[in-house]
Amino acid sequence: MFWTFLQRSIRFSTIFLYGATGEIITEKSGHLNLGIPGIMCIGAVGGVIGESLYLKSLADISNINGFAAVFVPIIFAMLFAALAGLLFSFMTVTLRCNQNVTGLTITTFGIGFIGFYMNRIDKTNFGIASTYFTNGFPCAADAGWFGQMFLSYGTLVYLAIIIAVIAAVVIKRTRTGLNLRAVGENPATADAAGINVTKYRYIATIVGSAFAGLGGLFYIMDYLGGNIEYSVDTYGWMAVALVIFSVWKPNWGILGSILFGALYIAPNYLNVSFSQKELVKLIPYVVTIIVLIITSIVNKRESQPPAALGTSYFREER
Amino acid sequence: MVTNIFKKLKTEAPFHIVKRTDIPRWKKWVIRLVTVLVSLLLCGIISSILKPNSFGTFFDEMFKGTFSTPRRIVNLFQETAMLLCIALAVTPAFKMKFWNIGAEGQVLMGALMCATCMRYMGGSVADPVIIIVALVASVAGGAVWGAIPAIFKAKWNTNETLFTLMMNYIAMGLIAFIITVWVPSGSGVVGIIRYGQFPRLGQYPYILNIIIVAVLVVIMYIYLRFSKHGYELSVVGESVNTAKYIGINVRKVIVRTMILSGALCGIAGWLLVGGTSYTISTSIVAGRGFTAILISWLAHFNPIAMVISSFLIAFLSQGSMQAASTFGFGGSFPNIITAVFFFLVIASEFFISYRIKLRRKMNVEGEEIQPSKLEKFDNSITEFFANIENKIFRLFTKRKTKTVADNSVAAVENECLQIPATSQTDDLTATIQNSDCAEVSDKEVQE
Repeated sequence: MFWTFLQRSIRFSTIFLYGATGEIITEKSGHLNLGIPGIMCIGAVGGVIGESLYLKSLADISNINGFAAVFVPIIFAMLFAALAGLLFSFMTVTLRCNQNVTGLTITTFGIGFIGFYMNRIDKTNFGIASTYFTNGFPCAADAGWFGQMFLSYGTLVYLAIIIAVIAAVVIKRTRTGLNLRAVGENPATADAAGINVTKYRYIATIVGSAFAGLGGLFYIMDYLGGNIEYSVDTYGWMAVALVIFSVWKPNWGILGSILFGALYIAPNYLNVSFSQKELVKLIPYVVTIIVLIITSIVNKRESQPPAALGTSYFREER
Repeated sequence: MVTNIFKKLKTEAPFHIVKRTDIPRWKKWVIRLVTVLVSLLLCGIISSILKPNSFGTFFDEMFKGTFSTPRRIVNLFQETAMLLCIALAVTPAFKMKFWNIGAEGQVLMGALMCATCMRYMGGSVADPVIIIVALVASVAGGAVWGAIPAIFKAKWNTNETLFTLMMNYIAMGLIAFIITVWVPSGSGVVGIIRYGQFPRLGQYPYILNIIIVAVLVVIMYIYLRFSKHGYELSVVGESVNTAKYIGINVRKVIVRTMILSGALCGIAGWLLVGGTSYTISTSIVAGRGFTAILISWLAHFNPIAMVISSFLIAFLSQGSMQAASTFGFGGSFPNIITAVFFFLVIASEFFISYRIKLRRKMNVEGEEIQPSKLEKFDNSITEFFANIENKIFRLFTKRKTKTVADNSVAAVENECLQIPATSQTDDLTATIQNSDCAEVSDKEVQE
């Protein structure tokens, strides 16, 4: 029972983890991208379009190649999401638009985009394609609780954790990460030190968006089993919240997302009445607020948001 | 030749961006008007991509969905009023640079309080009393929901963007919880509450809502423009340090403004439940809280301009809803249209506050190299526009100088005006000089 619960939480947490990792990378460069929920929707649509194209290109469904069935949608999802990220960074970096407003617009667009495409995509054989996303290691069933805990997930779950770990290492340990943090903390100083602020902000936003887009793809193809029915934007906002929860550290984000996932699916496992379930669903948000308040009261330097978060940088404006 | 150009491109960008502070007001409005027209065109193009040959019909449907019947016109104004009310609510907070994206939640709390009053007082108390009590309760609900993040922001500088965002979901969860208490069957639908509905003025519903919001616009305009509170919050928004220096209690201003913001959101919730839908659900606000932020920002926090921008958005969403249902695009199409509109309008602000200038080539000694053809072209264009600007400028100033029979003023002015036409100075400095000159002549006129 407990193992099942934990396994489900980890699986569910992947949606948040992709969004949160992407948003952390973006925010480290000083960009508060409130478009992440929309970008996850756009990524989901992109992935589904990719899958649909791939399935149509097959002469017969028995020819399906497991690797391509997963890989093509991943590329498409990242591409679509990266394009949305490019739009965001073009507007905020080059045109110096307000980040909050631009982000909210992208979210509006994304919600409209997924709603528009929900009923328009040819979903034949998506059920079959989805199994290639959900299948874990073949030996998972024989390995008892260990197999269930560590080997039973689909490709995208492992990919999420790998990306989060790599992002954590790059941000913390490499020169690129140091430069990125410098750009987010004080772009003027970074600029004076010879770091190309524009380049870092563009790349961080685009890469972050591409990762976030995978979250949408995971939700549709893996979690819902290829059934594009619901919008991803609520989970996108949770991912934005998770960034604070994990105090801008992707490695903490892994644990945070599992906790969020557990809190999210907990109502289904607790023996509570129908109306109490609604109250249990509030816990992730309340916990986020408490973390937000605690980090602001403690005011430790390590747990603060990047100092230049939400501001555009214009060299000639001092 | 070609390699030369590439070499130059490599060393420095061929253009650079400068901030402009001198853009005339009419030019701003021309840019905005053009943007609105272009975005409408683009929406038509999107529609005709999705459904071939629908370009003309798209606009037909837009107008059909908004202006064809009196009922639809009232609906359009009702939607405008709702957006406007929430936009008014978020404005004081934004002017203070307090990023309150929790309008959605604050409106929901107002709506919840209103529905509670209607449900529990209905039948035992007269309708007008219910409406008044519901108003007070809604204002209180919204204000509390707005004040909580503000207190933490004031005390510990807690990030308000994310705090208010979370408060949205808590409000939604609370409503979902209360609905399950009210409707134990689990259908999640609270029926129409028959008590405490707004009275209907005239033939159509919602007239009272529209009047209330119109009054609110005037009040907010006066509050922001002429009151001490309005001044204080804009100082806090410009610079917290300046505000502290001149003795403004920043914490007090933050909490006070957010209470006001929340209270107005509460009124919006009251209008939504008591005057529009007479019921409550978690999706009653339907993303208006976020749209309102964009509307307020679009209008540069000016309540009067907000009337225009919220009307535009209401027109776009209602109109494209009609187009979507005719063409079978589905209910999400208006979201796409509004987003495209906002993208263009947000981007157009760049051309209002910045100007792209081609870089002048310098040689090693720092002297200017003969301008290239491209530069000459750019220069002639800027000169052309500078000339037109000057002519219009002269039209206005000459009238004033004529009344004063002082030749010296006119002479100085003429000298100033000739600069952009004759010399190589770029028109930015020329216009600055012009405005200096205008100030001089204005002063002398007054004397």
